[in-house]
Amino acid sequence: MAIAETTDALDPPRPALPARWWRAVRRNPTIVIGGLLLFALIVMAVAAPWITVDPFKQTPVNRLRPPSEKFWFGTDRYGRDVFARTLHGARVSLIVGLTVALISSLIGLALGLLCGFFRRVDGIVMRVMDGLMAIPSILLAIALITLSRSGLGIVITAIVIPEVPRVVRVVRSVVLSIKEQAYIDSAVAGGTRTGKLLYKHILPNTIAPLIVQATYVCASAMLIEASLSFLGAGVPPEIPSWGNIIAQSRDFFQIAPWAIFIPGAFLALTVLAVNMLGDGLRDRLDPRLARRL
Amino acid sequence: MFVYILRRLLATIPVMGVVAVFVFFLLRFAPGDPAAIIAGEDATVAQIAAIRAKLGLDRPVLEQFGLWILGMLQGDFGTSIFSNLPVTRLIAQRLEPTVALTLSTLLVAVLLAIPLGVLAAARARQLTDRLVMLFAVMGFAMPVFLVGYVLIYIFAVKLGWLPVQGYSPIAQGLWPWAERLILPSLALGITYMALIARVTRASMLEVLSQDYIRTANSKGLANSRVLMLHAFKNAAVPIVTVIGIGIALLISGVVITETVFNIPGLGRLTVDAVLKRDYPIVQGLIIVFAGVKVLVNLAVDISYAFLDPRIRY
Repeated sequence: MAIAETTDALDPPRPALPARWWRAVRRNPTIVIGGLLLFALIVMAVAAPWITVDPFKQTPVNRLRPPSEKFWFGTDRYGRDVFARTLHGARVSLIVGLTVALISSLIGLALGLLCGFFRRVDGIVMRVMDGLMAIPSILLAIALITLSRSGLGIVITAIVIPEVPRVVRVVRSVVLSIKEQAYIDSAVAGGTRTGKLLYKHILPNTIAPLIVQATYVCASAMLIEASLSFLGAGVPPEIPSWGNIIAQSRDFFQIAPWAIFIPGAFLALTVLAVNMLGDGLRDRLDPRLARRL
Repeated sequence: MFVYILRRLLATIPVMGVVAVFVFFLLRFAPGDPAAIIAGEDATVAQIAAIRAKLGLDRPVLEQFGLWILGMLQGDFGTSIFSNLPVTRLIAQRLEPTVALTLSTLLVAVLLAIPLGVLAAARARQLTDRLVMLFAVMGFAMPVFLVGYVLIYIFAVKLGWLPVQGYSPIAQGLWPWAERLILPSLALGITYMALIARVTRASMLEVLSQDYIRTANSKGLANSRVLMLHAFKNAAVPIVTVIGIGIALLISGVVITETVFNIPGLGRLTVDAVLKRDYPIVQGLIIVFAGVKVLVNLAVDISYAFLDPRIRY
């Protein structure tokens, strides 16, 4: 009893919940703002089928209506509800962004570890990466798409290929600098096997920069997907992605600009949220990098 | 110096080699039958066979690859499947608008972004700085087509100051040419400007914290003189690097900007070729764009030697 009282007296009382939240916001404003924005967008995307009307339903009587109480974001050339289409478009963007980020991180991590650790692999793989990086990413994706039937899978593949080299470079540079550390030498001298060395001593150090890079890949993937769809070389036109909505409203731009501005603004906002999350995480996880930019 | 340039020049060969191998073998290893996909849904067997022959898919891989590389070394980038015109001629016809757009964007971006970055660094952590950084963060998130349409809406549709879309060759008068490039250059340049402003600010801040800047300030030199002569000159290397790296952004963005503004350049050629699945044109354009990117990187590397005499090779 007495002991419990002393600890109580020594420990300052835990601050109330709002105060703790406020402190978290003050410390990492970009992570919190970016995270909340992204969370809101994800909720809207997931809830889209329940909170909107059918995004495919064409009602020619209502074509090209400006935003109003009935059609919050107006309607497009076929009388489809832009609000419904925009929210459904968020699903496509988020799926493409997250899938590309995940796949390129995994491939990039594996290749980066190999390149950083094994000299012989490094020479060959990095030459290939240099070559891939020399091709502007949209063009690389376009080349792949020219040769395939359109679909979400091919778009994701076409964006992953130009993004992988960027991840490989980040992971590789971390591995190269970690390899010089004394504790790696002692692990090697102590007889640690290569597999364990990579997994236990090197891999954990690459995670923080990898996560930061993955957020940038995610943002860039969403921009590339929208650009490809805008050009008519992205996901099939019947899927309401933001790029497709904008592409299909291009000819009516002067009469119905909302069908371009609103999905475009959503895209910009999503990319902004992901970038802010990335910048915040970078400052938090990798202070060295943060000072450079 | 000469040896260094020569060595860097030789180092571009394997990079371009990888690019060539990649775009060539993409056609060979593409899932499905590329000839059938290019020919379209309702093509006859004979049409598919004709396209296969045109693409050289009926010949042994290595023989075809050798012929293709030899052709390119002699300036032959193949012929378009649909128009039967040589790819080099198609590219040459569309070159002027794209070169004009890229150069004007480069000019506009550098002239606007560097002063912004210097200003932000000189007023670090004040309102001006925050505004510039806000612009930089926003600029990274803005899709080129959104910026393009917003600019057209405000300055062409609503205010009527500038033409909505289109391109006028420079031979038909300077002003019609220039006024049609203003909006596309701003749209294409927004991300590029954000990038340059950000790096300029960071690089200036780094230099401004050096001892010799304090010395210059304390011996009473004018602020602007310290900023421009002492600081900016020494902050130049990262700025030049990022201007060079950013060319890649411009090349990707050209394709979209030309579509938004209806400019008949290489970007439109690319999009039209993709929509018709005219692979030889896409292939040729990738080689050309990658070549430009590699050469710009080379120029950036070489410029270090002039900007920073401490760099030795």
